[in-house]
Amino acid sequence: MKSFEELDIRDDLFYAQTHEWVKKTGGNARIGVDDYAQSSLGDVVYVELPSMGTAVTAGASFGSLESTKAVSDVNSPVTGKIVAVNEALSDNPDLVNTSPYEDGWIIEVEMADSKELDALMKSDAYLAFLKTLDPVD
Amino acid sequence: MTSAMRYLSHTPDDIREMLEVIGVKSIEKLFDSIPLDVRRDSEIDIEPRSEWRLSREFEEMAGASNLVAFVGAGSYAHYVPAHIPYLASRSEFLTAYTPYQPEISQGTLQAIFEFQTMTASLLGMEIANASMYDGASSLAEAALMAIRVKKKPKIAVSRLNHPHYLQALRTYLRPTAFEVVELEARVDGTTDYAAMPDDVSALVVQSPNFLGVIEDLKAAAEAAHSKSALLVVSFAEAMSWGLLKNPGSQGADIVSGEGKSFGIPHSFGGPGVGMLACKKDFVRAIPGRLVGETVDKNGERAFVLTLSAREQHIRREKAVSNICSNSGHNALIAAMYMSTAGREGLREIAQLNHDKAVYLKTGLEKVGFKPLFDVPFFNEFAMTAPAGFEKRHEALLERGFFAGLKLDLFPEYQDPRYKDAYLFCATEAHTRDILDAFFATFTILKEVA
Repeated sequence: MKSFEELDIRDDLFYAQTHEWVKKTGGNARIGVDDYAQSSLGDVVYVELPSMGTAVTAGASFGSLESTKAVSDVNSPVTGKIVAVNEALSDNPDLVNTSPYEDGWIIEVEMADSKELDALMKSDAYLAFLKTLDPVD
Repeated sequence: MTSAMRYLSHTPDDIREMLEVIGVKSIEKLFDSIPLDVRRDSEIDIEPRSEWRLSREFEEMAGASNLVAFVGAGSYAHYVPAHIPYLASRSEFLTAYTPYQPEISQGTLQAIFEFQTMTASLLGMEIANASMYDGASSLAEAALMAIRVKKKPKIAVSRLNHPHYLQALRTYLRPTAFEVVELEARVDGTTDYAAMPDDVSALVVQSPNFLGVIEDLKAAAEAAHSKSALLVVSFAEAMSWGLLKNPGSQGADIVSGEGKSFGIPHSFGGPGVGMLACKKDFVRAIPGRLVGETVDKNGERAFVLTLSAREQHIRREKAVSNICSNSGHNALIAAMYMSTAGREGLREIAQLNHDKAVYLKTGLEKVGFKPLFDVPFFNEFAMTAPAGFEKRHEALLERGFFAGLKLDLFPEYQDPRYKDAYLFCATEAHTRDILDAFFATFTILKEVA
């Protein structure tokens, strides 16, 4: 588990309270889990991926990450339709650990309403939010 | 089995002390969280007996059931070698301890690992779990597993599965949105796949099926795979795999069944052991426990529960299945049986089963029975009885022979084509003397009638 100083929290992303990040690319949202989430989970050994074309709802689970000690849901921060799935995670689930913001992205969603992003946190607010949390087990 | 442990009830003092320790005022308060309407409010109506009298009563009951049954139907009369009850009742194995902590339960974990390995090998599959309750729960879990993998809304199930297994399956699926489509039997006693819908997650076929007929599993696999569904092969008689081509080699994706034939006594229909195996691809959808082999920090071979992050005790409401406890001790017995019989031994015992069944069938034909189907079978088969057999069935019972199970006792077989049909079974436990004595008695009764 990293300390707050070690955490890589990036300015160009939006964050959800459930520790997913969103990167806006046109009308699409690329989604993954952030450095805090991956370091809390430990070694990710399996990523349960959704199928292309599935509808997702903001705040609802679309898949799960399995580490050696737990299985955690991954929620979509936005509503829309899945237009891309990072199939590389099937064979290399550890990309979530080694490269949470680049190679470890999970899905891309065609957003129904990009205004939903306004409800998410920017990096400063997110860091402040993380400091209010209990130390992660 | 030896019974070294006696039941000692708690004295009022014991109860008071225990309640004090956990800080609860009364027994009533302890059970507060259990709704009143599911609790019994009266005494259980049991007449007190001395241990001596109780033992005698059980011995009498055991004696009463000491008849020769030519019936399998899910619980087969197999010889249990003497070393099995001896080894299995050793106190090291009779622990109620569940193997969560690998550092203190290596023996239990290794035994389960061996059970998994031999189960997978017997069934020709890549992965087997650490046992289910029995064949029925195993089948229901296999169906749910196929739905998790394929995510399609229906399950096609052969009606020739064991009626009790079908009942368990219907019960498991009733509260879900998934539909069970039942497939009828053809005239030759095999399953008709023609009515299988397109949107099925799996086709579930039992082989040998309830009528003893060996199904063409290759054809079943083709039928299932042509609809992009999984083939679930179910079985009630594990011994048959000593002789038949294993389900894995015929294209099965998931295999579920009952392992009671491997050294586990009838116990008045009591606990069995469920076997569940699958292809490696579906390992994350398999219910229950898996024991894996690994190395510890010193590089020594060691065993641990694996993939348990999906299990009920960790993930609660989102667990893959809520089955958690398994028939651990019976799995151990089955592992002992398989490992001591060995591949060749199992084949020999299975061959004996088939030979005895053929002998029984030939004998029955001589006294007027007609086979329901002219197809290959393992140790069980269905026959139409000659006129007036029902009365003789009773007379035979009085003379210690249970001569077949009437098929229309089951709702699935209340059909004109099964009128006067009985299910028969012979195993390696039916010696030639027993079989000949049965035929002789039958002939005498026939002459008297």
